[in-house]
Amino acid sequence: MSVQESAIVQFDNVGLRYGTEREVLSNISFTLFSGRFYFLTGASGAGKTSLLKLLYLAQRPSRGGMRMFGTDVITMPRDQLPKFRRRMGVVFQDFRLVDHLSAFDNIALPLRVSGVRESDLEGPVNDMLEWVGLGHRADARPATLSGGEQQRVAIARAVIARPEILVADEPTGNVDPEMALKLIRLFEALNRLGTTVVVATHDVQLIRKVPESLIMRLDKGTLSDPTGALRYPPKRTSGTGMPE
Amino acid sequence: MKRPPTLGRAVDRGLAPFRGRRAAHLLPRTRLGGPVPWVIAIMTALTVLAVGGALALSNLAASARGELAGSATVQILEADPDLRAEQTERVAALLRQDASVEAVRIVPESEIAALLEPWLGTGEAVEAVPLPALIDLQLAAGAGEAQIEALEGRIAAAAPSARIDAQEAWLAPVLEALNSLRYMAFALIALLAFTGAAAVWLAARNALDGNRDTIEIVHLLGGSDEQVARVFQRSILFDALAGGVLGLALGTGAILLVATRFAALDSGMVAGGTLLPTDWAIVALVPLFAVGIAVYTARMTVLSSLRKML
Repeated sequence: MSVQESAIVQFDNVGLRYGTEREVLSNISFTLFSGRFYFLTGASGAGKTSLLKLLYLAQRPSRGGMRMFGTDVITMPRDQLPKFRRRMGVVFQDFRLVDHLSAFDNIALPLRVSGVRESDLEGPVNDMLEWVGLGHRADARPATLSGGEQQRVAIARAVIARPEILVADEPTGNVDPEMALKLIRLFEALNRLGTTVVVATHDVQLIRKVPESLIMRLDKGTLSDPTGALRYPPKRTSGTGMPE
Repeated sequence: MKRPPTLGRAVDRGLAPFRGRRAAHLLPRTRLGGPVPWVIAIMTALTVLAVGGALALSNLAASARGELAGSATVQILEADPDLRAEQTERVAALLRQDASVEAVRIVPESEIAALLEPWLGTGEAVEAVPLPALIDLQLAAGAGEAQIEALEGRIAAAAPSARIDAQEAWLAPVLEALNSLRYMAFALIALLAFTGAAAVWLAARNALDGNRDTIEIVHLLGGSDEQVARVFQRSILFDALAGGVLGLALGTGAILLVATRFAALDSGMVAGGTLLPTDWAIVALVPLFAVGIAVYTARMTVLSSLRKML
């Protein structure tokens, strides 16, 4: 397999600044390979969320080059972006559920946006609700769900359309250890089906639960590569070398 | 552990339409509703009145112009009744021989007296007033001012006190006034359309601001500008339809009321301003135009705002 065939995301000397402030990300260069499981770690304020925003195309970098699915997304016309976003699943740190939609409708949203027929989406959405333990809360609005339940709905929404790349920002921050493990197993299952997974987390225990994962560490806006994850071919590790 | 559920295959990634029931509840209904249907109802009612008024004035002007086109009146202003009668016959004979004149009618004295009755009354006092003799004539098709001027010269030779007036000439200021009113009605229609569009623009902007989070989420999940715009279009479509139908009912009711009042005047000229079936069809199209303007404005507003997002 060549580099071009397996590379799903390529950052080349990317910098990001908001307004006239100093850069929150500087000289970020890395390649994510199809079918791998990545953890993005780093202290609070290191720039993890900013990097994820670039990944899920909510933000364009201030400088540098960026390719996704083999296409230059810096020069890509704006009307082409939705096609690329539909190939991703995103778990936002603040969940970003639609307040007036039920749990069912929130989870069904990516399928509806992609044009899946109502008759085709009911089964998968109900299965997903059951799997995240919210089968009995299908009609509940986000405001009536606990933080953990909202997080499970957000994760279900991100994975329902079987994305090619899943980007999750602290996806287990509000759930108990048992549910956290269950969710990480879901991510692993998706990963085995070919989805590239990028999870930003502080949780060292969580990283240890995915021995084949690769680790990227952000420190004050610059990226380090403690496990050789960003080299090609990436070094297969079991989480060793990870910051304790 | 139970295997996590996944779709049998990755979903179709095409830019599929996002409409109908699935899109209907993406934005909460109440946030787009509000005053929009009422604003559109008022705008439609006023536009229906303006369109109805403009069409009635057009019909009135056309009817008056049609009735008076090619008509002229010769007045014999002679105090001596015998001389006046003689001059009248002479002028009438001259006119009958003229190729540019199609029909000639000497207006009977009784008819002239009846015309003046509202001002002069009846009785001996009226008989003492020397009334001019009148000859109505209808010019041949194609005859115009040049022919009237030529006739004036020939009549003057036969009856020095005779004067010829083209009826269209004295009606010209009235027609000009009617035209001014008509143009004003058209300007009012344009102004109302602009104001309605501005109201929809404001409502769409407010709705967009109120739903910014939802729109951003839909964008990040792969929703296109077109899909989001359709949601707004759909919402504004129902508001505009409701407002349009209500406005049409109000406007039509007002036109019928005014028409009843004018009909009571029993004036021949006012009767010419009646709305024809085609006019009513045009009036009925007003709410459809209102809906069209509202939907187009909402679409443009939403698309222009969305283009500012990544």
